[in-house]
Amino acid sequence: MSDLTTTPRLVEAGTSNTSYIGKPTSRVEGPAKVTGTAKYSAEFNVPGLLYGYVVTSPITKGRITKINSAPVLALEGVVQIFSHENVPSLAWFDRNYKDDVAPGGSPFRPLHDAEIKFNMQPVALVVADSFEVARYAASVLEIEYEQEKFDTNIDLKRDEGHKPGSGKTGFMPPPPPRGNPNDALKNATHRIEGEYIHGAQHHNPMEMFATTVEYHQDGKITAYDKTQGVYNVQQYITKIFGLSKDEARVVNHYMGGGFGSGLRPQYQVFLAVLAALELKQSVRVSLTRQQMFSFGHRPHTLQYLKMGTNPDGTLAALHHHALHETSKFEEYTENVVNWSGMLYQCENVNLGYQVAELDVYTPLDMRAPGAATGSFALEVAMDEMAYAAGLDPLDFRIRNYAEQDQNMKKPFSSKKLRECYHEGAAKFGWDKRTPEPRSMREGNQLIGWGMAGGVWDASMQKAAAKAIFTADGKLEVLSAAGENGTGTYTIMTQIAAETLGLPLEAVTFKLGDTNMPEAPLQGGSWTAASVGSAVKNVCTEVGEKLLKLAQKMKGSPLKGASIDDVHFADGQIRLNTNPSEAVVIRDILPASGEEKLEVESSAMPNMIKQQPYSMHSHNAVFVEVKVDEDLGTVHVTRVVNAVAAGRILNTKTARSQVLGSVVWGISMALMEETVMDHTFGRYMNHNYAEYHVPVNADIHDIDVVFVEEEDDKVNPLGVKGIGEVGMLGVAAAITNAVYHATGKRVRELPIYMDKLL
Amino acid sequence: MNSFTYTNATAVDAAVREKSTNTKAAFVAGGTNLLDLMKENVERPTRLIGLNKLADLATIEDNPEGGLRLGALATNADTAWHPEVEKRYPLLSQTILAGASPQLRNMATNGGNLMQRTRCYYFYDLATPCNKREPGSGCSALNGFNRIHAILGASEHCIATYPSDMAVALAALEATVRVSGPHGERTIPFADFHRLPGDQPERDNTLETGELITALDLPAKGFEKNFTYLKLRDRTSYAFAVVSVAVGLELEGNVIKEARIALGGVAHKPWRVIAVEETLRGVTATEDNFREAATALLRDAQGYGSNNFKIELAKRAIVRALKQATEMNQPLDANAFLNSNP
Ligand SMILES: Cc1cc2nc3c(=O)[nH]c(=O)nc-3n(C[C@H](O)[C@H](O)[C@H](O)COP(=O)(O)OP(=O)(O)OC[C@H]3O[C@@H](n4cnc5c(N)ncnc54)[C@H](O)[C@@H]3O)c2cc1C
Ligand code: SF4
Repeated sequence: MSDLTTTPRLVEAGTSNTSYIGKPTSRVEGPAKVTGTAKYSAEFNVPGLLYGYVVTSPITKGRITKINSAPVLALEGVVQIFSHENVPSLAWFDRNYKDDVAPGGSPFRPLHDAEIKFNMQPVALVVADSFEVARYAASVLEIEYEQEKFDTNIDLKRDEGHKPGSGKTGFMPPPPPRGNPNDALKNATHRIEGEYIHGAQHHNPMEMFATTVEYHQDGKITAYDKTQGVYNVQQYITKIFGLSKDEARVVNHYMGGGFGSGLRPQYQVFLAVLAALELKQSVRVSLTRQQMFSFGHRPHTLQYLKMGTNPDGTLAALHHHALHETSKFEEYTENVVNWSGMLYQCENVNLGYQVAELDVYTPLDMRAPGAATGSFALEVAMDEMAYAAGLDPLDFRIRNYAEQDQNMKKPFSSKKLRECYHEGAAKFGWDKRTPEPRSMREGNQLIGWGMAGGVWDASMQKAAAKAIFTADGKLEVLSAAGENGTGTYTIMTQIAAETLGLPLEAVTFKLGDTNMPEAPLQGGSWTAASVGSAVKNVCTEVGEKLLKLAQKMKGSPLKGASIDDVHFADGQIRLNTNPSEAVVIRDILPASGEEKLEVESSAMPNMIKQQPYSMHSHNAVFVEVKVDEDLGTVHVTRVVNAVAAGRILNTKTARSQVLGSVVWGISMALMEETVMDHTFGRYMNHNYAEYHVPVNADIHDIDVVFVEEEDDKVNPLGVKGIGEVGMLGVAAAITNAVYHATGKRVRELPIYMDKLL
Repeated sequence: MNSFTYTNATAVDAAVREKSTNTKAAFVAGGTNLLDLMKENVERPTRLIGLNKLADLATIEDNPEGGLRLGALATNADTAWHPEVEKRYPLLSQTILAGASPQLRNMATNGGNLMQRTRCYYFYDLATPCNKREPGSGCSALNGFNRIHAILGASEHCIATYPSDMAVALAALEATVRVSGPHGERTIPFADFHRLPGDQPERDNTLETGELITALDLPAKGFEKNFTYLKLRDRTSYAFAVVSVAVGLELEGNVIKEARIALGGVAHKPWRVIAVEETLRGVTATEDNFREAATALLRDAQGYGSNNFKIELAKRAIVRALKQATEMNQPLDANAFLNSNP
């Protein structure tokens, strides 16, 4: 493994034709996607494929008393019906069902027993020789249930929350109270308090979950699965079904969106593998849109905030408490309130966090989990506080700027939030805002300007990569990372090409296969940092080998040079002191007689270097809304999102990430909510017609500003990740703008017109 | 498999004959509603009689009474963009374009649009009781999640709304529905076409078994000078109306000679109250008068919980729509976010 404390040997951007980092390179996989050659999990057509259709429970809690399989098995084309009645004996212990991001508790085991734990629980898999037959057979399969009383309403569980354990990776229990938050609040000059709510939200990626399991003659399987982590799925199925890693390969080259829904193995992969192994045949199981509402979601969350200020407009006290749902079998957690202890300077802080158990499926990380929720409440409360104290909301935030992370009592490795505020405000024209609510209008449309911001983790995980450089001058780099449309293919290609001074076209990056070196789950905005560092390392090692071989060439101008004396650019290895003294990289292998160089390497965070620091990305969002004075309709007409996230590897794909985040924020603010009917314990708007996300006509001007931020502590590439931070504060800024427009303070999302009448 | 046979009808009488003798048969036009209902197992015809080859029913031409005849198989898109419709019935054009999405409107037909079924969540979900889908099973929406449900003319058996936009304009324009049935042809005034749920919520309209809609007749009067369709919805396009209002006015100076007001998204049919429209005859077009009319229109409205807000919203929407129609100051361009649809 390379030493990551040395400074990266990257050519300064812009000095050669092969410097790609920071450039707006278009997606390298774009042509494959638009021409349809990119294959998704449900598109691998293997011979003799069988089709499974999932039958889900119409009840929320109770037991299956009878499954009347015989008449359905008799239908032409039906091959088998799997249910708890005939599932083979599988792994016994919970630990075998725990995936990398499983929360504490006992993971749901599909078809395990007769018990029903949540509505739309998968209860059977009908396998047939066509999808249509399987679907029909599933619709006529009679299943009898015994129903029990259930709890699905968190409103009725307000007093039954409890502090969760720290069973889930990445969960940080809130820090203990600091200072004297109660007295400080009591003595504050101005005070506000309020409850902030959003309902359950489902990820709803365009592509539905699906797995195609190819059953090979030797009994091994290849699972083409929709997942954000092929290794996570591999260990899940191997542990459950008692397979060796060599017997179960998991592949995912493309994903039609994930947003966190693919972090945990979904039940269709279990069902597809089960059926393939039992039937010794290839099987595909794909979920329907409705079934996309049958598993994890952003939890329905209730938050309470209290704040007070000192006479000088600094924060005297801050209390932030959150309660959200979890299932009865697992304790899902996310970091909702911790951000409130670090985004602003405040000496008296009390943060609390609880979960309440309901008869629902376990919630699941969804884009900026915890922070999207917490930043909504915190940033709306900050707006309320600013108004109560008679201060401009931006000015109020700058007054309370945190120079260090008070939760961890550490300095930030870098923090350019102040620049985000200034550059964002300038671009937006914030100084032209009149502070009074209802003071800006255009005919019937009340105009409101609001702002907010957020903070997100800059993390890095261990990752490995392999590079193969061949005599024809082509480089292939492989790592089992995930790519759900974020730009991973492109930025990895850029990093590899730039490190070795090769043209982009000479480099192919491949991902998403357990036959490749291991990469972490694609989540937490850490892929660029983690996989990017591994790619850089492995290419650097290839470079070292190339240099050695180049030095053996006849009349080599590089003889005696160390790796620090040369750089790789424009297809050459050049002497730093005299760049015209160079060897053409393409010539090296042919001259040496080698056919290829193959190197595997990895990267992991440098704990010693990172330990003294708190590492985070930040953003500031400014929005304009137009609200119809009489009718309450809200339109977001202008957004400026200023982001400080370290080094931006590709301004085009990074911008797209932030655009998508803003759209999602608009969606969260104005449209998204999965509504449950508690009579049935069932989500009722479980389709795209009634679960609303914005359409093109809802989206107007969005301006993305990347604030320059250098950080040599987070990782050698200096990147902080861009997939989630852009979403923070968007819903709050819209809510604040709606207040500025109308004088109405909405504290519950989504802001449908009903709330503004 | 959920097998069904599908052939295209070549003549109206043969299609009608077959439909009236086979209870498992269904007409299919654009398929944008029926196919969804079949996928969800809400409807399960075993025989589909395709109507799209009945070219005679896809035309738009003048009718003998001086109005326009819209073929039942003309698509929503062709109707909305037809020069005569745009010129003489801009209200209808605007209303159609406020519905669904361009792709759907390219497939959806005028007849199918009238026959589309409610979007009530429970109606679509076989795991929940619904009187409209399964008479006698109960109405889940009554005490459930009913934000999109009716505030007028509902019954304890069903509080669903009829979701069409187009029909709201047709109600305001007093169109006539032409149908062909086993006993020959007949016409149905638009107000009598859709029905209230009463104790038979499974029946959306008054079409008899086997009857086929052949055309819609628009009377000569098109309110092309003063009109508006105001559609309030949860996003700017591709969403059904929470509340909508179609208005056609005939003005003399600032005095109303005739007013038509039809509401969508509030009842089991487009909602009109002729008596209220009458009270506007001869009065000045002022906001106060509009508000009075709006209050009268909603006098018998009743909310069921999540949809209580619709009562106030509908009143405000009526006032706004009447103002817009009077002043003709609403955005008519395709990208305006309040009224018409991109
Ligand atoms: C996602 C989505 C969003 C939508 N949004 C809107 C919206 O905002 N506003 C809106 O108004 N609509 C909306 N629609 C509905 C759309 O307008 C209707 O589905 C469409 O008009 C139906 O027409 P069709 O020709 O496709 O009917 P089909 O689906 O073919 O048929 C529907 C019904 O009509 C019957 N039928 C068809 N033609 C005849 C005939 N000539 N005589 C007798 N019976 C007939 C069929 O048997 C069937 O029962 C939306 C639909 C979808 C899927
Ligand atoms: S409102 Fe009508 S359609 Fe909806 S559940 Fe009740 S009966 Fe069914």
